[in-house]
Parts: sequence; C-alpha cells; structure tokens
Amino acid sequence: MKDLSMEQLTNQYFDVLKELGNIGAGNATTALAQMIDCKVDMSVPQVRLLEFQELGDIVGGDDQIMVGIYLQVGGDVDGSMMFILPKFAAAHLVNKLMCGMLGIDEETADEYVFGEMELSAIKEVGNIITGAYLNALSGLTNLKIYPSIPQVGIDMAAALLSVPAVEFGVLGDKILLIETQFSDDVDLDGYFIMIPEMESYQRILTSLGVI
Amino acid sequence: MSEVIKVGMADWKTCRGDDAVTTLGLGSCVGIAIRDPGTGIGGLAHIMLPDSTEIKNNSNRPKFADTGIEDMVKEIVRMGANRSRLVAKIAGGAQMFAFGSKSDMIRVGDRNVTASKKKLAQLKIPILAQDTGKNYGRTVIFYPKSGDFVIRSVGMPEKVI
Repeated sequence: MKDLSMEQLTNQYFDVLKELGNIGAGNATTALAQMIDCKVDMSVPQVRLLEFQELGDIVGGDDQIMVGIYLQVGGDVDGSMMFILPKFAAAHLVNKLMCGMLGIDEETADEYVFGEMELSAIKEVGNIITGAYLNALSGLTNLKIYPSIPQVGIDMAAALLSVPAVEFGVLGDKILLIETQFSDDVDLDGYFIMIPEMESYQRILTSLGVI
Repeated sequence: MSEVIKVGMADWKTCRGDDAVTTLGLGSCVGIAIRDPGTGIGGLAHIMLPDSTEIKNNSNRPKFADTGIEDMVKEIVRMGANRSRLVAKIAGGAQMFAFGSKSDMIRVGDRNVTASKKKLAQLKIPILAQDTGKNYGRTVIFYPKSGDFVIRSVGMPEKVI
C-alpha cells in the first residue's frame, strides 16, 4: 500500500469520488438556492484526471480570470480543497446575493473590482459550497473533517490552479478535478479540487470499505 | 512568420530567431528564461517544485527546478548556443493564498525561487533581472533574440525586464 501512486489510487477511487461529488454538489446546490432565494439546477458532476498542461484549458483557458476559494482541512483527513469558478459567475452569484446591487454582466465582470463586502459574500458562498461537499464526505466516511477559514484569490486560472497542482505534483503527474455546472437563469461552471494527503486517501478509502 | 510557442506547467521549450516562448498564469511556479545573446537561442522553463531529490515520484524532470533547468540548458547548448555566454531572467514564485505556514507547500513559491537561483548559480549562469514573490499571477513572454521578458498581471500595467 505504501508505494501506491496517485494514478493507481484514483482508478479505484473514481466512482467513489463521483458519488461524493454528486452528494456534495447536491447539498451545495440546495444551500445556494436557499441563500439566493431562487431555483438552482445542477448537472451530474464530471470527475476527471488531468495532466497539468490540460488544466487551464478545461476551466476555460490559462488566462481566464477566475475566483478561487481555497481552504485547508484537518481532523481525520488532512489536506486542502479548492473551489474555483469564473469571475463573472462569482459576480453573478454575489449580485444575486446582494439583490442585484452590483449591476454587472459578463462583459464588464473581468474589469470589475470587488469591494470588501462583495469579497466577504464570495467567501461565504465558497464556505457554503465547500462545507456542503465536506459534509457529504464526512457523513459517508464517519471521519471528522474540520475546514479552515477560506481564502479568496482572484487571478488567472493557471496561477490559482498552480496551488493545488503543486500539491498534486508531490504525489504524481496528474490532478483530479470534479466539475459541476450550476444554473439558475444563466449557466455557472464550478470546479472542485480536493487534495487529501496520501495517508488520508487511504483512510477515506478504508472507511468506505473500498480497500 | 514569427511564432509564440506555449510552455505548459511542468514543461520547457526552446526557440530561436524571431520566435518567442510564453507561459500563461505563473502562480507559485517559476518561469526561468535563459538565452545566449550572441546567437539569440533561448528557452523558457515552467517549473512547479524546487527539488527532484526531495520527492520519490521524480521521473517527470521538467517539473523540478534542478532537473528542468539542467535539461533545458543542455538543449540550448545543443542547438548551438555558447554555454559561457548564457544569461537568465526569472519570474513567478508568488504566494497565491495567505495562509499561516502550516505546511511547506504554502511557501512553495519562495522555495521555487531559491531553488532556481541555486541551480543557475551552480551552472554559472548570471541572473540579469527578476520579478518574483508577491501574491499575484504572472503571464510571461520571452524573446530570446532581444532578451525582453514581458510580464503581465491582472489589473497591473505590463512590464518588461
């Protein structure tokens, strides 16, 4: 078990992760719908194992401006987690949350500079979405998972994604991405990246009875 | 026609003439641009981690500062550059998220910069300019013919080092 590489682990782990993604994203969607008080649909999550080079293209281009919400987890599972979405999607959510006070659209979103209040709202959205996902993981595995306070970064996709990529880089040459599409009146793509440390991977799989 | 060649994460590419090499959105990774001003042959490496000897899964040589730089320099020399004339410029190594230093992984930007400098010093390649650290991503374009290293960041004016 010691010498198991990322690739080997993820093969048997794929379906489990997909199911986790499904439940987690389902929880997140419900929470989100309550928060912005409107109907939110969600697509079936796609789980992908990607080469580092492909990462930027999948999320819409290396220099696409994105909002990344990054947090560390502790407890029975050590590691970190990122939820990343295009800047205009984040702006759209914040706009909803603040009852349309922002008045920004897809065209102007990239230039828009978020204020203190708006950043705080983004952090809260991130908190809810990642919290819902981690709750699903914790509920299924009976493991204690404590998330840290999230950090928000707004930058080019590749720059934000380099943070989880580096963490995966220690384990292997690929990165695991869970893609979910939310939509209310517009489509919003969101991506989860969960990076448990190697020992935690094994603990998760053992708790689920996979190994 | 001149061409701009894209370098992905954990990769390096070389070029000559009017061609340029670029990498988009360097975060905690470091971009190392090396050229021979005489022949205009040069290259750009996009490294993710500082040291191949610290990690067991280290077969992907372009991923690390030590092995990535070494391999690219070899290729630049093989293409006809003069080894003793090589000069370097570096950019990147940002800390994208401001966490306390719970793990080394968070400070990986700094460590990547330090490791890149160490490797260049070891190869006796002088660093002419650098734009490293801080907390934002950088897109870089390197023109080996002129030596211009163009750096773009979100919400900031373009800079040339």
